[in-house]
Amino acid sequence: MSETLLQSPLNQTHRDLGAKMGEFGGWEMPLEYKGVIEEHQTVRNRAGLFDISHMGQIKVEGEKSFNFLQYMTTNDLSKINDNQIQYTLMCNPEGGVVDDLLVYRLGQNQYQLVVNAVNTKKDYGWLKDHLVQGCRITDQSSLVGKLAFQGPLSQEVLQSLTDCNLEDIGFFRFEDKVDIAGEPVLVSRTGYTGEDGFEIYSEGSIKRIWNAILKKGKNKGVQPVGLGARNTLRFEACLSLYGHEIDENRNPLAAGLGRFVVLKKQDFIGKEALQEINDSDLSEVLVGLEMKDRGIPRRGYKIFKNDQKIGEITSGSYAPTLDKNLGLGYVQSEFREVGTVLEIEIRKRRLQAEIVNTPFYNRGN
Amino acid sequence: MEVKEDLYYSRNHEWVKTDDDRAYIGITDEAQDQLGDIVFVELPQKGDRFNQSEEIGVVESVKAVSEVYTPVSGTVVDINEELLDSPELLNDQPYESWIISLELTDDSELDNLLSAAEYKSYCEGAQ
Repeated sequence: MSETLLQSPLNQTHRDLGAKMGEFGGWEMPLEYKGVIEEHQTVRNRAGLFDISHMGQIKVEGEKSFNFLQYMTTNDLSKINDNQIQYTLMCNPEGGVVDDLLVYRLGQNQYQLVVNAVNTKKDYGWLKDHLVQGCRITDQSSLVGKLAFQGPLSQEVLQSLTDCNLEDIGFFRFEDKVDIAGEPVLVSRTGYTGEDGFEIYSEGSIKRIWNAILKKGKNKGVQPVGLGARNTLRFEACLSLYGHEIDENRNPLAAGLGRFVVLKKQDFIGKEALQEINDSDLSEVLVGLEMKDRGIPRRGYKIFKNDQKIGEITSGSYAPTLDKNLGLGYVQSEFREVGTVLEIEIRKRRLQAEIVNTPFYNRGN
Repeated sequence: MEVKEDLYYSRNHEWVKTDDDRAYIGITDEAQDQLGDIVFVELPQKGDRFNQSEEIGVVESVKAVSEVYTPVSGTVVDINEELLDSPELLNDQPYESWIISLELTDDSELDNLLSAAEYKSYCEGAQ
């Protein structure tokens, strides 16, 4: 590899655990330890610990922060208060997605953005290009270690390491300066797996927290989980992955993310284009597909109906929890209806698949 | 990584086991380890004829698609249909889980393949 990869503070820890390492978004990260399927099931049935230190983190501060972010993002930032989190998007003037991100409101004039690793530099540049007086941004990505602890047993295990009542942290809320295993951290009830769980941000020793959680959780079956299972988990829950379901040439409305685009708020980048898209019929929409024939859909495979190409797969995989071969892909809107049978071209053969409801996996179902 | 004696190996991480003029073909422990959890196998049909190094099928893990090539020429005598429902056997027992068996066309092709010792050092060199 020509460029040097960034390393998480836990790099050696992963190697010691026998992880297969790989590149993701410019970082060298663990892809799997024991195997993707086992790790996937660990998160669905017990709890799994992920190193997500590759995620980008940008701080936005100053008296104009709110106005600035309101202009840069598609969701309505006025809907959240301190200690709340919002899923939102940054779009370009054409309505294409620059990135999807979480905004943590630390205070009226202080926010933390958590962005995709692959986009951190681009996002920072994009924000900097539009920066206004009374607002400053800092890329803290490499200063902060980040963990995700996900699964039905995550609260119980994490609770045994802190005096903070985790029950009080609701979905998409956070607490700062929580003591976990002796480290002051920010804890949020967020995740990318379709399970209940937490994300933990630490400027101190993330290794201490990592080890403490694995030790406490050992007899409950808690295991480290790599990015391989992180992908199959998010895929089953139909959570968009940047570069797959969304990118600069795809708009959030076609991706089914319309509820995070608030067209009635004041001006924001992409508003005009998105308003226009919203007022007319979408040409393509993202749908979920289940294979009827034997085969696994993969990114880039073409979708056909009546011998006409009508779309393309953006993500596809064997889904371990559901034991099915599933795909997400864009199709021309007229073919979007659930129950429609389409064909996916896999190694020069056209195989049947059916449009199904999304998300594929819903916790509690 | 396990390498079994008495098998022939290809540089593409397939193994060949001979039994008179029959050859059984599978993927090596190294191959299954690199792929990770295998979840799908595509097999040829009995009677299909293949030349050396032709693609005979596909093995897919959760993350990757990998073609399987035959290290020797021949006609397919049998396919291991058990793999269709239990592709994970390729992970669990790579040297017991043959994918196809062929009637060999030319057993001198075996001379081009690697011995266990040669394959082992080939893998170590690639690390």
